[in-house]
Formats: sequence, C-alpha cells, structure tokens
Amino acid sequence: MIFTVAQRELKVLFLSPLAWVVLALVQFIVAYLFLLHLDQYLLIQPQLATLDNPPGVSEYLIARLFLPASSIYLMVMPLLTMRLISEELQSGSFALLLSAPISMTEIVLGKYLALMGLLSLMLLLTALMPLSLLMVVPVDLAALALAVLGCWLLLAAFAAIGLYFSSLTAQPLLAAVGAFALLLFLWLINATGQSEGAELLDYLALSAHLRGFLSGVLQSVDLIYYLLLVVAFLGLAIRRLDNMRLND
Amino acid sequence: MTQKPLIRVRDLSRYYHGLCAVDQISFELYRGEVLGFLGPNGAGKSTVMRMLSGNLAPSAGSIQIHDLDLLAEPKQAKRHLGFLPQNPPLYLDMTVDEFLRFCAKLHRISATRLEDALYEVKQRCGLAEVGSRLIGTLSKGYQQRIGIAQAVIHKPAVIVLDEPTVGLDPIQIRDIRQLIKELGREHGVILSTHILPEVQATCSRVQIIHRGQLVFNEQMQRLTDDFPTTHLNVRLGAMADLELIYSMEGVEGVQPKADGRLIIEIDPEHNPASRLASLAVQKGWGVFEISPQRQSLEQVFVGLTCQEQSA
Repeated sequence: MIFTVAQRELKVLFLSPLAWVVLALVQFIVAYLFLLHLDQYLLIQPQLATLDNPPGVSEYLIARLFLPASSIYLMVMPLLTMRLISEELQSGSFALLLSAPISMTEIVLGKYLALMGLLSLMLLLTALMPLSLLMVVPVDLAALALAVLGCWLLLAAFAAIGLYFSSLTAQPLLAAVGAFALLLFLWLINATGQSEGAELLDYLALSAHLRGFLSGVLQSVDLIYYLLLVVAFLGLAIRRLDNMRLND
Repeated sequence: MTQKPLIRVRDLSRYYHGLCAVDQISFELYRGEVLGFLGPNGAGKSTVMRMLSGNLAPSAGSIQIHDLDLLAEPKQAKRHLGFLPQNPPLYLDMTVDEFLRFCAKLHRISATRLEDALYEVKQRCGLAEVGSRLIGTLSKGYQQRIGIAQAVIHKPAVIVLDEPTVGLDPIQIRDIRQLIKELGREHGVILSTHILPEVQATCSRVQIIHRGQLVFNEQMQRLTDDFPTTHLNVRLGAMADLELIYSMEGVEGVQPKADGRLIIEIDPEHNPASRLASLAVQKGWGVFEISPQRQSLEQVFVGLTCQEQSA
C-alpha cells in the first residue's frame, strides 16, 4: 500500500516540470561551486604540497562542496514538499485516500518515500561530481560515502519537516513559507557559536550535526539527531491528519 | 427483513464547534436498495455521507459496514465501501486509465484481476473511449463518471454517492441515474441529493433529513400507494351537479377543470369516493373515472421541511 501511494506520487513529481527544473538548477549551482573549488585547489596545490601532511583533493573538496550544497537543498526543499499533502487537501482528492482501506501512516509514509526517492537522485547527482575525479586521481571513497550519508540524513530531516508543514494547511504556498522558516531557523540557530548556551544551540542546529559527517567522523549522536527529527515530524503529520477527521 | 443490513447506523451525531449538524441518526441499508438521502441545503446530508465513508469522525454513535465497525476496524470496513464525495476526488494530472488503476490498487485489487476490473468499470461508466485522456482535459460530466468509476471499481457492498448528478447536462443525468439503478441491484447504494425527481427516478427508499434529524423514512412504493389522499380525480357525465357533490360529507372543495375533470378536495378521514360513485349511478350522471390523487414526494418534502421554519 505504501508503495502504491509512493509510486503515484513519484510519477506525478516527475510529470510536473517542477522536479526537473529544481534538479537542473541545483545541479547547475552545485557544479559551478565544484568547479570553483577545484580551480582554487589547483591554484594553491603547490603551496599545500609544502605542508607536512598535505590535504588530498577529496579532503579539500568534500566539505567545501557538500556544505553549500546542503544550504541549496534547504532552499529548494519547501518547493518540493509544499504540494505533497496540501494540494490534495485543497483539491479534495485527499478524500480518495481517506475512504480507501489504507491507514494514515501508510499514506504519509508513501508520500515521504516518493519524496526521498527524488531527493536521493538529487544527492546522487551531486555525488557524481567528486566521483568524476576518479578518472584522474584517487578519491577517498570512504570519506565521500560518509559525507553522502550525512547529507542524505539531512535531506531526510528536511523532507519530514516539509511534509509536516504540507499537512497543516490546504494552501501549498503557506506550507512552503512555514517549512522554509523552520528549516532556516534550525539551520542558523547556532550562527554565532559564541552566545550563552552555545552548546545547546549547537546541539539543536541542523547544520552542526552535518559537520562530523563532512570531516570524516561518524558520531551516533548525529545519526540519532536526524532520525529523531524524521520520526518526530512524520509522527506529527500523521497525528495532524488523523485529528483533522475529528476537528474539521 | 431477515436479510442482514449492509450498513447499520446507530445514534450517529456530529457537532461542528458546538453546533449540532447531525443529531442521533439511526438507519439501515440493505442489499438491493437505493436509499435516497433527501434534505434542503445545509441539512447535514454531506456530513452524514462523509462520516459513512470514514472521512469525518462522528462525535457519537456507531457505523457498521458488513458487521465491521468503521471506527474500530477502519481498514477492514472500508474494503466494502465506495465513496463519491461532492467534489469528485480526482488527480487531474493523470490519465483516466492511470487513475483508475491507482484506485484499484488502493482497494487491493490483485494485479491479475486489475485489467479486467478496469475494462469492466470503463464499459459500465461509459469511459471506454477516454482511457488515455488526461482527466484535467475532460468535461465535468466525464469527471463525474470517473468519480463514480473509482467508487465502484472494487465492487464494494456499499456505495455512497454525495450529489452525483450536480453540474451534468440532462442526458448525462439520465445516464448516471440509469447507472445508479443498475448498481442498486447488486449493491446497496446511498445517494444524497436535494433534487426530488432524482429520488423519484432512482431510489427504492427515501429518507428526509432536516436540521440534522431524520424526519421521514419510507419506501418509494408506499409513498404512492398508502399515503392518505387529500384529492380525488373525478370525471363524470356532463349533467353532474356540483352543488350536490359539494354538499356531501367529506367533500371540502370542488374544482372543475377545463378538460371536464373535477378535482375534489376531501377529508381523508371520510373518503367520499364510494358514496360519490353510488350517487352518480343513482342520478344517472355516468362515471368515467374516480381515482385518488397521490400526494407527491414534493408535497411531503415541503410539508416536512417548511412547516417548522414558519413555526
């Protein structure tokens, strides 16, 4: 049942030009950043070579590529999540799912799964860029895999938050604004890194937990942070939709 | 009836922010019935329909579909249910075939039976020609039919249709009514509407809901046979004496029509039909016709829903 919903959702995502446009634009910007940093690396490589332990190209590039890529993901995420549920609430087609023998959990998970499919593709396209260096130099595949895993978890958390906002309102635009506000807030919450309780803010920040993954350190706390966000916001979305039947 | 009901509704109530939209409704639906749910706008028809389909949780009461409690076992109960809401729930960016396949899968039709079910439902709902068209490009009439098709593709025991003929042209309305009647033979159909002729044309039983309460529940047949008559349709010879008829017991008014008929308003308690016949024979007027004029559904409806408003 989950897959039936996911399959339809994925089909619709790729039927609409939105998904293609978003993929293309993200790819364009990320590719530009990649080339910029690659250029920079080549420029300073002679100086780096004089160091005792010079950073390889993967070490140099991974954080410089995936961190800005993540903030681009953040910006396009509300566009991809906004219509998932709210459009169906608006058009009334949600009634079709509600009167079918399928639970709210299956509906929400199906939609989430479809979105994750699209996001995984987006991330894969980004990962192909450092991978393309394999043709000329060795790349630290383990470090790259860890960075991709971190970004994938980050995207999973973004998506869950976006999906939740989409379940809140029948107006897609409102869902997008809400999701964007919360995502940006959680992204920047530790912006100064100096303030009172910086440790707590660091713990709450979406961006802070990505740092480990990008520098080659896998910490269970980061893993759990993202998974908790996913579970919490999907749970909230399911609850919200179940309650809608009661409080309409 | 010894048959088990397909739907059993008990004391169903629904409040919207303290406002009572549906007030302790109880009724049953049996196989082979087309039950018309009639009521003025805002009477609570759609609320009942949405509760029956699991789209809205009741504030109180229970709904059983095929002996399965809709609230306790929603997934099981909904397998026996097809629902067409007021706005057909369609994905405008899919083709008719894609959409109906999706609906079939949602209702757990196995892959082997899927194509057969699709073919059958398209034939039935007159969609055979438009299978590969995008739903968004089709007319309202076709969209309505797709809405019905998604509600019946899995052959549910109970079909709930909320105002299925709104926005259709007369030919389409006739087709859809025909389809509903056909469906009513094998399934149980509940149909909500505020259009009286629709009920007369399609339903085997009618319930009138007014201000959230069921105020009337009758077989359509009985509505025409047993309902107390208040008017007689009479055709007598030319010599008939209207004054004499007017003076009879139980006659409250005589109204001659241009075609020679008389409409006689009577007191149902003292129906003078047989006495009128003997009188006519005795006087040698000649009797061509005496028949009770049926009280129409419209009169019942207006009587039930308007008198309270003026009170």
